[in-house]
Amino acid sequence: MSEPLTTPDLGGPPTSVNAPSGRNSEKTGLQKIMSGSVGRNLGLVLALLLLVVVGAVTAGESFTTFSNALVILRQASIIGVVSIGMTLVIIAGGIDLSVGSVLGLASIVATLAAIQDLADQTHWIVMIVIALAVGLGAGLINGVVIAYGNVVAFMATLAMLVAARGLAEILAERRTLIVEDRGFVSFMNSDVIGVDVLIWIFAIVAALGWVILNRTTFGRRTVAIGGNREAARLAGINVKRHTMWLYAIAGLCAGIGAVMILGRTTAGSSTHGQLLELDVIAAVVVGGTLLVGGRGTITGTVFGVLIFATLTNVFVQNNLTSSVQAVAKGIIIVVAVLLQQRFAKPGGRD
Amino acid sequence: MRRKQACYGRRVIKGDQVSALLEVRGITKSFAGVHALRGVDLDVRPGEVHCVLGQNGAGKSTLIKTLAGVHRPDQGSIAWQGEVVEIPTPEAALELGIATMYQELDVVDGLTISENIFLGHELARGGFTKRSEAARQTTELLRRLGHANLSPHTEVGQLSAANKQIVSMARALSHDIKLIIMDEPSAVLDTEEVKNLFHVVKELTSEGIAVVYITHRLEEIRQIGDRITVLKDGRSMASGIPVADTPTADLIRLMTGREVANVFPPAVPIAADAPLVLDVDGLGLAGVFSDVSFTVRAGEIVGLAGLVGSGRSEIIETVYGARKATAGTVSVGGKKLRRGSVVSAVEAGIGLSPEERKSQGLVLDEPIFVNVTLSSVSRFAKAGFLDERAERKVASEQIEALELRPANPDRAARTLSGGNQQKILLARWLVHGTRVLLLDEPTRGVDVGARAEIYTLIRRLAAAGNAVVIVSSEIEEVLGLADTVLIISDGRVLQTLPASQIDEHGVLDLVMKGTAA
Repeated sequence: MSEPLTTPDLGGPPTSVNAPSGRNSEKTGLQKIMSGSVGRNLGLVLALLLLVVVGAVTAGESFTTFSNALVILRQASIIGVVSIGMTLVIIAGGIDLSVGSVLGLASIVATLAAIQDLADQTHWIVMIVIALAVGLGAGLINGVVIAYGNVVAFMATLAMLVAARGLAEILAERRTLIVEDRGFVSFMNSDVIGVDVLIWIFAIVAALGWVILNRTTFGRRTVAIGGNREAARLAGINVKRHTMWLYAIAGLCAGIGAVMILGRTTAGSSTHGQLLELDVIAAVVVGGTLLVGGRGTITGTVFGVLIFATLTNVFVQNNLTSSVQAVAKGIIIVVAVLLQQRFAKPGGRD
Repeated sequence: MRRKQACYGRRVIKGDQVSALLEVRGITKSFAGVHALRGVDLDVRPGEVHCVLGQNGAGKSTLIKTLAGVHRPDQGSIAWQGEVVEIPTPEAALELGIATMYQELDVVDGLTISENIFLGHELARGGFTKRSEAARQTTELLRRLGHANLSPHTEVGQLSAANKQIVSMARALSHDIKLIIMDEPSAVLDTEEVKNLFHVVKELTSEGIAVVYITHRLEEIRQIGDRITVLKDGRSMASGIPVADTPTADLIRLMTGREVANVFPPAVPIAADAPLVLDVDGLGLAGVFSDVSFTVRAGEIVGLAGLVGSGRSEIIETVYGARKATAGTVSVGGKKLRRGSVVSAVEAGIGLSPEERKSQGLVLDEPIFVNVTLSSVSRFAKAGFLDERAERKVASEQIEALELRPANPDRAARTLSGGNQQKILLARWLVHGTRVLLLDEPTRGVDVGARAEIYTLIRRLAAAGNAVVIVSSEIEEVLGLADTVLIISDGRVLQTLPASQIDEHGVLDLVMKGTAA
């Protein structure tokens, strides 16, 4: 039989099981609204609005300008790009701790290549390609070790975190490598229709991530693997290969992040991206993605990133130290996760 | 029914009236306006086995959780030993003397038997556990349950499902328990283990402990039940009726609201020229089974019969490539499959409905249509982009064809009953266009009313030209559905013969002999 059965073909017996009806609605109205993707993001929108109001009240006009909004978005852009890849990995039930180190390594390799001979003879595009290739390659190594070596993602990417950082330090010889290429620097710091290139990159990567997650077979399979890995495997999905590509994507996003940080700081450094993984994971989780996998949204992650960036901005405008910020961040993370557990319990009662 | 009479004899009876241990009156419970319980009466006497019968969704789980202190009833009363009580928390239930054994056993795999039993009420002095005393008491509890052979120091993760149940029961007994609620304890056990379970239940009742036994297997009620309460749509249709006086047909009617004849659909003769579809030749998995050969023609149903641990599930998982064979070959339509590759099996047209539907088959939080198209999702995509509308349409067609309820492709798979979840898996392979269907325990967790429906479906799938392989711990089911039966024992095929030439006793006989030999 190669065609789906149709009704006349397979009528089934006249009786039917009294399946429980309306079982799904055994939640309070609030829980119901909050558990939908719209609702969960609604909560994030409210949180963001609250921050904006706090910012406007405490910092006044210096906060409520268009240019300050761009400052916030620029601040958010690099973490944002890396968060998109991380979101996919976490939805599939994984984790990637190495993104910050990979970003640092990619920034070093790309600038080294540009400093040596290449700089004069080739276009700065080559530098970008090298950064992306380093990210993708490191991600692929993560993916192969995790998927085919059956190493727990936490350990495999922890190893990459340590190793990539070390390699970056060896290559950089503890120097900061200045990007000489004026063309590259001015492009990365230019704007298109009044909005920075960095912000455009974030927007494009986020849009691509959303399409991949929601509109492609790759995204569907990602959710299925995160929701029930064994069921996905027995349904004939090549779970290992899929897992490998997920980490490759996370690595690629770190590579993109490296290009962005090179543009922003005009230098490659082995300290780029230190502790970035924590900010990224925090943004993803605050955005509503479950750490156990199977559930999460790109939109939520974008909001998570914006919330943290806005928070930082509000604190800076009020001349508060980064230590105070860190405390506030910690509180936000806990509150966000508590709210999620309260309102977004998955599935039915049984 | 000899045992039951013995039980009555042992009870403390004052006149005609047995004083009730637990009296539940008119309990209702709703979740956000949806009524899970609409009025349930239940009275349990000391030392009896009180069966609670009902289809999935009848309110069994909610009732249990109400008694276990997980949910609080909206209305109605619970009286314990004659006094009206509230059970606000699980701890309160334990304090009263009510223990609950959930289907998903709440034992901790990494701890020893003794550590599990005293988990939460460790025997300790000044924060230091008294290990030898705990071990001694554990041995005592295990002996009471007839399992003195288990060592208190064994890690629970190494135990079979049956022995985990014993640990769970021992934990209940380690509290001062007067009532133990068992939620479908036999669901994970094979015939031998069920016998053992019944023996333990008997031990408990002989000590005056009451057992509330949740099940949908009618034959078990006959074997151990004293009285029955039947639930349907959150109401008790009958409360405390004696097992002995109630015909099975009445029970089914109370449960389903209609007459059900649990008969297998008639076998359809296989066309003489039906092509060979599945050819398993000399298949082996080191240490589990060896030299398994059989063929399945289009339209044929082959059944694997054997006890749990005989290797029957492992055989079809290996055919499917979910386990990597160490010997032999599997061919579909003459083409050999790559060993240990599910992807290649699915490409060749094999579909598996796994033993553990929830943990191996479904992505529970995803909607029906996603689960239906999981194996063929690339077919609904152009250049990687999904057409969800087409997916929903195809899923809806299958929902209609298989009478899947609720008929809403967007409902999360988790919210469906066992029978309907099974239909999702069948629909998945129908959409994919399989030629070979491997069905492992297709009616596990499916209530009686829906079983006949699944049987009919399986027959029709075969009649439509599929080669079907079925594994079931219910031998009756294998014999009722299959054209050809393989008797499996200890990882070997003892015999291959037409299902019509053997009955249940014959199979058991062979299996027992085979194991002993």
